[in-house]
Amino acid sequence: MATAPGLVTPEAYGDTLAREQTSLWGDAWRRLRRNRLALVSTVFLVLLILVAIVAQFWTPYSYFAEGLAPVYQGPTAQHLLGVDDLGRDILSRIMLGAQVSLKVGIGTQVIVIAVGVVVGLIAGFYRGVIDTVISTVINIFYGIPDLLVALILVLLLGRSLAIIIFAIAFTQWMNMARLVRGQTLALREREFVEAARAGGAKANRIIFRHILPNALGPMIVQATIGVPQAILFEAFLSFLGLGVPPPTPSWGAMAADGFHAIRISPHIVLAPAIALSLTLMAFNFLGDGLRDALDPRQKR
Amino acid sequence: MTAPVLQVKDLKTQFFTDDGVVQAVDGVSFDLFPGETLGIVGESGCGKSVTALSILRLIQEPGRIVEGQILFKGSDIVTMSGEEVRDIRGKDIAMIFQDPLSSLNPVLQVGYQIEEAIEAHGKVPGKEAINRAIALLKQVRIPSAESRVHDYPHQFSGGMRQRAMIAMGLANKPSILIADEPTTALDVTVQAQILELLRDLNRDLKTSIILITHNMGVVAGICTRVLVMYAGRIVEEGPVERIFKNPQHPYTWSLLQSIPRLDSDRHDRLLSIEGLPPDLIKPPRGCRFNPRCKFKIERCLRDDPPLMDVGPEQEAACWVTMRRALSPNGEPHV
Repeated sequence: MATAPGLVTPEAYGDTLAREQTSLWGDAWRRLRRNRLALVSTVFLVLLILVAIVAQFWTPYSYFAEGLAPVYQGPTAQHLLGVDDLGRDILSRIMLGAQVSLKVGIGTQVIVIAVGVVVGLIAGFYRGVIDTVISTVINIFYGIPDLLVALILVLLLGRSLAIIIFAIAFTQWMNMARLVRGQTLALREREFVEAARAGGAKANRIIFRHILPNALGPMIVQATIGVPQAILFEAFLSFLGLGVPPPTPSWGAMAADGFHAIRISPHIVLAPAIALSLTLMAFNFLGDGLRDALDPRQKR
Repeated sequence: MTAPVLQVKDLKTQFFTDDGVVQAVDGVSFDLFPGETLGIVGESGCGKSVTALSILRLIQEPGRIVEGQILFKGSDIVTMSGEEVRDIRGKDIAMIFQDPLSSLNPVLQVGYQIEEAIEAHGKVPGKEAINRAIALLKQVRIPSAESRVHDYPHQFSGGMRQRAMIAMGLANKPSILIADEPTTALDVTVQAQILELLRDLNRDLKTSIILITHNMGVVAGICTRVLVMYAGRIVEEGPVERIFKNPQHPYTWSLLQSIPRLDSDRHDRLLSIEGLPPDLIKPPRGCRFNPRCKFKIERCLRDDPPLMDVGPEQEAACWVTMRRALSPNGEPHV
């Protein structure tokens, strides 16, 4: 910071005291970088995304080719993670499984954000009867066991990636809606919203320029925490045999494939399980890191 | 005198709470003339802010304007459609608030927020909007406005934020600027700068200003006329010099007596007004100030005093008035 030379007129103070140009997001990024765990998680997730993209064009072996090696064979130089009960290359399948997990995780959050934000903004901004109705619906959704709903939806609508994403989003949207509603209720009472209203701003401008951007931090955190929940949900559905249809590899289904042989060849279960755990952990650490980084009260 | 730019007639704003109806503003009438600076003073909860918010129809549930007229250039704001009122807000009547930090959106650049105020009333090309924002920042004396226009509110000092708020208020050259406690959250030295700025703007732009404050010093500094509010009513009204020199309502008198003075003996005790403002759900019978009034007579407990002439252009709602209360052969106190 510049030091004030000798005599300074009040007008000149403005210049000497000018801080470096930092936005809210700049500050957040600076704080996130200092969080070792979040940083490692980010690197891991970037790598995972790269793997998923590469898998689209190249895998060591075809993910559905059977009998590449003796079934249940453990890791070898040709098959770094071994082969499964049908002799398929596990590494290739893990790589493609990453695609499924990321599609499910991100796909659900896109739907959750779209629905949750709109519903939450409407309930929080207009309050009254609309809010009562929306809040009641949210509470009803919370009351229904989500696994049951998702299972029924998948059974009714069929097993495809899109339907699984929809079914998981169907059980998750309330989290975002409730968060956004709460944020909106609090933000609409803030003075800058009243000032905007006093300046003649229209309702949609107040909602999208003044309320939504200020709720973005908690929303990003919520979405980041929602990704691993969705991934785990899909893995669980696949484990039960209701996930993406085979032969598309899903980590949950892969774990289920090796489950009966867990004593003799644990690698079939361990490989997808570890991949899943690392991914979930990475998203959760990143979510935690973002929560700290985006908290305006933190001025570290 | 010229025609008033704003006429408030018998305004009643009430809040319908679970505990009962709060009569926050109860029959307030006043005129605002072009180019004048009108002060509204009173302690917290006397209805001064509610009066200001009512003028722009910014009262939110559970509050409501239940009676009265607010005539702006002849049309009644109270009965206007939402869209008509929105068009007046910020364009014809602008408002600035007490705490400039919380009145600015923390995630938007200051310049953007000024541009937004400009664009709320008609499209302006981006380049021109920025230039106007810079010009406005210069007008409120923000140094290096060209670069400051891209700053975020947290990069501004308290005084600069209030200047930026004033710039937003002036964006559409309103005929009325309502300033609700504009200096309360600021340092004393900065307060003086802001008041000076308001006075200059009032002089140069001929904008009428309604200045709401609890600080008599602020009123003395820049107002031409003053309304003293108590418990949702106007209890005294008149030109600033007369109110300061010759207050007639005991409440006004007490307010002036409670200002610490540099030239007073330091052993003198400051006068404080005993008691609390009345419950506006069930205001006291008779004069609303009677429970705290040192000069009350029997009639004050029974009859509610209307505003009565007490001097040239000066009115007070008091049966006693300080003239009689302080005269040696005045009427006996209760």
